[in-house]
Amino acid sequence: MSAQSMPAARNLPRFGGFSLGMIGLELRRMVRNRRTVVFTLVMPAVFFLLFGTNASARTERVGGGNVTGYILISMAVYGAMLATTSGGAMVSIERAAGWSRQLRLTPLRPAAYVAVKLILAMIIGAVSVVVAFAVGAFGGAELPAQAWVACGLLAWVCALVFAAFGLFMGYLLPSENVMQILGPVLAVLSFAGGLFVPVDSMGDTFATIAKFTPVYGVGEIARYPLTHHGNLWAAALNVIVWTALFSAGAMWRFRRDTARV
Amino acid sequence: MTLTAQPEAVTRGSGELAVDLDGVVKRFGAVTAVDGISLRIRPGEVVALLGPNGAGKTSTIDMLLGLSDPSAGTARVYGRPPQEAVALGLVSAVMQTGGLLKDYTVEETVRLTAVLFGRGRADVARALERAGIADIGSRLVGKCSGGQQQRLRFAMALLPDPELLILDEPTTGMDVGGRHDFWSSIREDARGGRTVIFATHYLEEADAYADRVVFVRRGRVVADGTAAQVKALASGRTVRATLPGASESALLALPGVESVELRGDTVYVHARDTDGVARHLLTETAARDLEITSRNLEQAFLTLTADDDNQEMAR
Repeated sequence: MSAQSMPAARNLPRFGGFSLGMIGLELRRMVRNRRTVVFTLVMPAVFFLLFGTNASARTERVGGGNVTGYILISMAVYGAMLATTSGGAMVSIERAAGWSRQLRLTPLRPAAYVAVKLILAMIIGAVSVVVAFAVGAFGGAELPAQAWVACGLLAWVCALVFAAFGLFMGYLLPSENVMQILGPVLAVLSFAGGLFVPVDSMGDTFATIAKFTPVYGVGEIARYPLTHHGNLWAAALNVIVWTALFSAGAMWRFRRDTARV
Repeated sequence: MTLTAQPEAVTRGSGELAVDLDGVVKRFGAVTAVDGISLRIRPGEVVALLGPNGAGKTSTIDMLLGLSDPSAGTARVYGRPPQEAVALGLVSAVMQTGGLLKDYTVEETVRLTAVLFGRGRADVARALERAGIADIGSRLVGKCSGGQQQRLRFAMALLPDPELLILDEPTTGMDVGGRHDFWSSIREDARGGRTVIFATHYLEEADAYADRVVFVRRGRVVADGTAAQVKALASGRTVRATLPGASESALLALPGVESVELRGDTVYVHARDTDGVARHLLTETAARDLEITSRNLEQAFLTLTADDDNQEMAR
C-alpha cells in the first residue's frame, strides 16, 4: 500500500458521518466515565430511596398508586434530566480537549455530530429511567400498570428539553467540569419547577413562577398518567417553548463554534 | 530583504499540484498573519515550513486544512477546496497539541477515525502498526506519554491513507530519542510517495528531512528552495583560497561578492555566487587550495530572523 498506488475510490461517508459505529464507541466511553454513571444512574435512585420510601409515603394514595410511586416518577424525571443534560454537555469537554477541532479533520459534518450527541443523551436518559423504575418496583412504589409505561416514556421523551439544554450549555461553557456547574443548576430548577416539592405546597407567587421554569412541564406531563391532575396544555406549552429556546441557543452557539474565521 | 529561489520543484509540472496557494492573505482584525503567500507543492515533495513564532505557519496550515478561510486569495489541495480534500481523506494532519480524548483507548481513538472515514478494522491495524503503537492499543489515551500521544495523532492522520500529510510542529515536547523515532516513521512512510509538509522550529529537522525548505517571515515567503539553496541564499557561502598578493578591491568587484577578508596569503570571499568566485580564482588567478564552505541552516535561520528583529527594533 502506498499513497500513490491507490488513487481512486475516495467517497464521502453517508449521512455526514453519522453512524451506529460512532454511537457504539461513544457509549463505551461514556460508561467508562464513573462520574457520569454515578450522576445519572445511582444518584436519582438513591434520592428515591431516601425521600420516597418512608411508611407514610407508602401508604398514602395518589391517583391509582401511592406517594412512593409519585416520588419515583419525579426522581425518574430528575435522573433523565441529569442524563440528557450531561449527554448534551459532553460537547463542552470535547471542545476543551480540542477534540471538536480534530473532528473537523474528518468527514463528520457538524450536524451529524450534534445528532450523535442527542441520541447518546437520549440513550442514557432511557437507561436512567429504566434503572430508577427498577429500583422503584422493588422499593415499594405502586403505580397502575399503564402508568409504569406511560410515565416512564413521557419522562424520557420530555427530557429532550434537557438534551437541548445540555448542548446549549456545552457550547456556552468551555469547561472540563461543566457538570459541576450544571448539577446544582438542575437541582435548583427541580425545586423551582415543583419536582422535589409539589407546586401546590408552594406559596402563590412561587407556584406561579414555577409554571414558567423549564422543569415544571416535564414533571407535570410525566406524572399525569398517575395523577390525571393539572393543566396538560400549559405543561406541554412549557416543554415546547423551553425546547425551542434551548435548541435555538444551541444552534446559535454551534454556528459560532463551527464558523471558519 | 526578500530572497527567492526558483527551484525546479515549483515550476508547473504536468501532474496535478498537491498544494496550490495563490496570493493567500489571512487577517485577524488589524493583524495580518499571512500576507500574500503563493506556494505550489508537487506530489511527493517533502517540504519544511520554517519560521519564527508568529510568522504565519500555523495560519497557513489552518487554511490548507479548511479550518479557516483565507481573507483573500485561494487555497487548493489536489485541485479541490481544502474542506472537500479533508472530507475525502486526501489530506490529513498531525496537530501540535490537544485533539485527543483521555477516556478513549488508543485503539478506540483510531477506530473512531476509521468509522468516520468509512474504513475497516484492517486499516485500523495498519495505521497502529505504521505509527508504532500497535502494542499499546488497549491503553487509555490519558495514560499515554506525550510521545505516544503524538504517535496516536500520527496513526489517526495515516488512517485515510492521505496523499498529503501535514505536520504542525510534530515533535514539540518529545525527547531526542522520541524525535528520532518519530522522524524515522515519517521518513519510512514518505518513501511510499506521500507528500509531506511540516512546520518546525527544529532547524536540523528541516535540514535532515525536507527536500525543500520554505522560510516564512511575517506572513511572507522569504526564501524557498532546497536546504542547500536556502542556506546559500540566506547567508551566502565562503570561498577560502591561498592567493599571495591578492587584491581586495578586485575581488570585491566580482559579481555577488559581499565581503573579502585577507589573512596573510589566505583570502576569504563571502559571496552569494561562490561558484563564480571559485571559477574566477582558479582560471584568472594563481589561487590554489580552494575550499567552499556553507553555513548551516541554523545560521541561515538566524540571519533571516535577525533581520526581522532589526526591522522590529527600527520601528
